[in-house]
Amino acid sequence: MSYITGVGLTAFGRHEGSSSLDLMSEAAELAITDAGLQRGEIDGILCGYSTVSPHIMFATVFSEHFGIRPAYAHAVQVGGATGLAMTMLAHQLVDAGMVRHVLVVGGENRLTGQSRDASILALAQVGHPDYEVPLGPTIPAYYGLVASRYMHEYGVTQEDLAELAVLMRAHALTHPGAQFHDAITVADVMESKAVALPLKLLDCCPVSDGGAAFVVSRERTGETGVRVLGCAQAHTHQHVTAAPALSELGAEIAVARAKVASGVATSDVRYAAVYDSFTITLAMLLEDLGLAGRGEAAARVRSGHFGRNGAMPLNTHGGLLSYGHCGVGGAMAHLVETHLQMTGRAGNRQVRDASIALLHGDGGVLSSHVSMFLERVR
Amino acid sequence: MSSDKQTLADWTAGEEAIVYQSCAACGSLQYFRRRFCASCGAPDPVEKRASGEGVVYATSLVCRAATPETRAHVPYSIVLVDTSEGFRMMAHGDNDLAIGDPVAARFARFAGRLVPYFEKVRS
Repeated sequence: MSYITGVGLTAFGRHEGSSSLDLMSEAAELAITDAGLQRGEIDGILCGYSTVSPHIMFATVFSEHFGIRPAYAHAVQVGGATGLAMTMLAHQLVDAGMVRHVLVVGGENRLTGQSRDASILALAQVGHPDYEVPLGPTIPAYYGLVASRYMHEYGVTQEDLAELAVLMRAHALTHPGAQFHDAITVADVMESKAVALPLKLLDCCPVSDGGAAFVVSRERTGETGVRVLGCAQAHTHQHVTAAPALSELGAEIAVARAKVASGVATSDVRYAAVYDSFTITLAMLLEDLGLAGRGEAAARVRSGHFGRNGAMPLNTHGGLLSYGHCGVGGAMAHLVETHLQMTGRAGNRQVRDASIALLHGDGGVLSSHVSMFLERVR
Repeated sequence: MSSDKQTLADWTAGEEAIVYQSCAACGSLQYFRRRFCASCGAPDPVEKRASGEGVVYATSLVCRAATPETRAHVPYSIVLVDTSEGFRMMAHGDNDLAIGDPVAARFARFAGRLVPYFEKVRS
């Protein structure tokens, strides 16, 4: 058994002069304080990577910088799925009795620490070095390919995808830490600059500075516990050229395994935190996870289903699309927000009932998937 | 890899050719070159030259590129093509290609390199 006992999240956007280690430390301090622990009680560290400051031993670099001497420490790299993959490992480490309190941390000065071109170039390297990268694709182009096929097979339109961007922006408007604070419409998304068609600028998450952290513990430290019910992964390919058919992607496999591990059904879920690097990512994952029928994600957004007061509140902080995306910390913000919702601390964003949550992360080009169910325990 | 193994040069090595591998043991095809079959693990899959014919599986028109060399080409269309031999590959193509279009490959220069480029076959 394991509990998420504390969470920490910085604002996302520009943090001029902050290094990746600064942003990670800020989030880590918040998470440890939130858990009611002292630094010295942290005996395990899992951290992500930084494209701005690559290092072969990033977890010990962070541990020394932060001032702790853990019994267990290393970095994890699964792209956008890293945050949930680390949480899954932390859960297993404390469940196995290896350590008592694992600090999971990610953060990066991806916006101000390097040029936007450098970020785009670094991320495009998830493509095949011989057979894809020489063609000049970008991450939006990889997802643009997937989007074109998904739209073709399921009759989804660009206006449909735009609904997801509008929803994430509406949610971000109520979070002071979000990168974007201007409301947008479907027309705004449609008129935004072409990036890798069918994806346009507002279909894409931004590049951000920021940090996120949480503590995973053997026992709960607060009155309301957030327990990890179960989690699972699936990895079907790395490169989009080698991806299986749309009906055989890893999200469906991972969530099916996570349901078995957790003993819950989709109908039990009251809050959803789903990876949203692009509008197509979110639409596909919602449908793969069973939170909407095939080709029906946009209709569910229009009906208010995924809104704060809907039946399945989704990414109430604004997600990667509008809270922002600082790399590993980006998708960790989804778990931080879920924790705040489950413990009744989301303020003006609070949903009615977040007793059971489904979280899902995706790395690469729908390559690596982690699904997780959390349960509130009082 | 055995010493008498023939390696066919392809566009990734600057030759005007698309090459794939076929496993003699299980019959699987693969596009990314390896010293073994990724389906069954058998060594030395046979290298074959593809016809360059296929059908468009997916498209994306890149309008925002990340380097000066690639920026000179925008907008350019990245496509995934299901070849008539049965493997899938990424390439460039005409900007107006649509999913399901029958296509044939030629080769073009892109950012200082040779790349496969698909055009619609008019029937």
